[in-house]
Amino acid sequence: MIQVSSPFTHNNNSVRKVMLNVQLAALPALFTHIYFFGFGITIQWTLALITLLVVETIMLKLRNRPIWPYLTDFSGLITVTGLVFCIPPEAPWWVIVSGITFAIIFGKHLYGGLGYNPFNPAMLGFAFLLISFPYEMTQWTLPTQVSGYYLSFIDSFYLIFSGQIHSVPLDQITGATPLDEVKTALSTGVTVPTSLMSDSFNAFRIPYGWAAVNIAFFIGGTWMLISRSIRWQYPVGFLLTMIILSAAFNWFDPETYAPVRFHLLTGGLMLAAFFIITDPVSSSTTPMGRFIYASGIAVLVYIIRNWGAFPEGIAFAVLIMNMFVPIIDQYTQPRVVGYRK
Amino acid sequence: MTQLNQTNLRFSLSAKLSQYRQIARNGVWENNQALVALLGLCPLLAVTNNTVNGLGLGLATMTVLLTSNLLVSLVRNHVASEIRIPVFVAIIASAVTAIDLWMEAYLYTLHGILGIFIPLIVTNCAILGRAEAFASKNPVDQSLVDAFFVGLGFLLVLVILGSFRELMGSGTLFAQMDLLFGEAAKSLKLSMPDDFHPILMAILPPGAFIGLGLLVALKNMFEQRKSELNRQPLDITEVSADIKPISAS
Repeated sequence: MIQVSSPFTHNNNSVRKVMLNVQLAALPALFTHIYFFGFGITIQWTLALITLLVVETIMLKLRNRPIWPYLTDFSGLITVTGLVFCIPPEAPWWVIVSGITFAIIFGKHLYGGLGYNPFNPAMLGFAFLLISFPYEMTQWTLPTQVSGYYLSFIDSFYLIFSGQIHSVPLDQITGATPLDEVKTALSTGVTVPTSLMSDSFNAFRIPYGWAAVNIAFFIGGTWMLISRSIRWQYPVGFLLTMIILSAAFNWFDPETYAPVRFHLLTGGLMLAAFFIITDPVSSSTTPMGRFIYASGIAVLVYIIRNWGAFPEGIAFAVLIMNMFVPIIDQYTQPRVVGYRK
Repeated sequence: MTQLNQTNLRFSLSAKLSQYRQIARNGVWENNQALVALLGLCPLLAVTNNTVNGLGLGLATMTVLLTSNLLVSLVRNHVASEIRIPVFVAIIASAVTAIDLWMEAYLYTLHGILGIFIPLIVTNCAILGRAEAFASKNPVDQSLVDAFFVGLGFLLVLVILGSFRELMGSGTLFAQMDLLFGEAAKSLKLSMPDDFHPILMAILPPGAFIGLGLLVALKNMFEQRKSELNRQPLDITEVSADIKPISAS
């Protein structure tokens, strides 16, 4: 008989397996995104992946690390997925290339690679792009239902690589995102219920395209919860805080504060809830800490969306809460079995 | 007799020169105030969003350093050590005030751009640091050499960081040099090709921190390369002689 020692329960997970699960869970959102916004995102994704492979290989070589094992743990893929969904689908090619380069070099390898980075690399890359190229980052392609134009794969390709296109008028296919639209309208004195009646919103007063992508992320995220790829505290803490905050403010003053469904289904909210803040490396590691971390991000997102300078605040909220992780971890240590508090 | 004097003189001159060389090496490279001591970072990070600002502040800092090191070294034997810090601060503050007024008179626009950071040279730890660590313990000539090369080291970092940030963030190099060198210097300005997209972050505060971090890393890389090249093969016999058998202890 073979002698086997403890531990007897074992977790059949590896970095590679978890990362692939995350990629699979992002597929519904990818297809929804393609349906509403055209094929731009597939080109961006390919560009991002090529950049990732090149930069990661160079950095591993410079750091004298084995290249193949680190490249095939697929940990860079989550950075690619996180960043690609955040940038405008028809942004010029150098936007995603520089964003991924910055995220991988400054967000990951300078700190010592996977497992050592205090900040979420994808959000670091996004923050870099947002403050470096503010014009390019706000030119969002509108869904066909809003603009009335459909971009073919060839159109997207030309737009991304040359910035010009002749078949459709450029200024009619791009515009402000719903978050931006409502915020700008508010600053000119238009109330929220009025701006929710505009062409960007369907009969349910939720934005075309963006709402569907968010729902697809929710479905993929639920599957990740069921398959235990992510911890439940992150999305529950995040969404619960967001719902409570937006419901309270909307009940208090519906003219200035958008309803719950608007906050949940615009921007990158569901992407953040299930794919961004769940990054195990840069987030809190204790059960209570995860909850505090997630709701802290929700509070910051709500603050930035309503009173900040930017229409969307997920990247900044995540980066700020990343800085609080050591302190959260220190004060939320769980009780060790057999000891009293 | 005369021959002996001459060799003596030549010997002391060459000793002096090698001393100066050591001071210069220390100031610019080994103990660079910005890259190694990490002193004076507040003005360094705040004004280096282009070359001319970096150069302007670097020259002002260098002038203050020269003046303060000279004066501190002159009074070093007449000041009781209990009150030396207030005296040094008074000397530095007077030098900074003079430079501030001079720049306001002759480089008015640049003075306006650099703004509060000219008077703030008083609080630059590098200057008080040199007064305390070097000028208060060494003769005038060495103090002056030290001030010049420490100032040069600081100036170089300011200019390199300023050029890097200007190139990345605005797509130009040596723009507005006329603020410092008069109308003729306007033609010094170089521009990146039109299809270059400036990375705005480089001229914002994060760009300063990242740029300085990269410079420090670059310097450390050079040092590491050099120490690897200079490393002598280990002398086995010498090492083994040091290792005593365990039974002996």
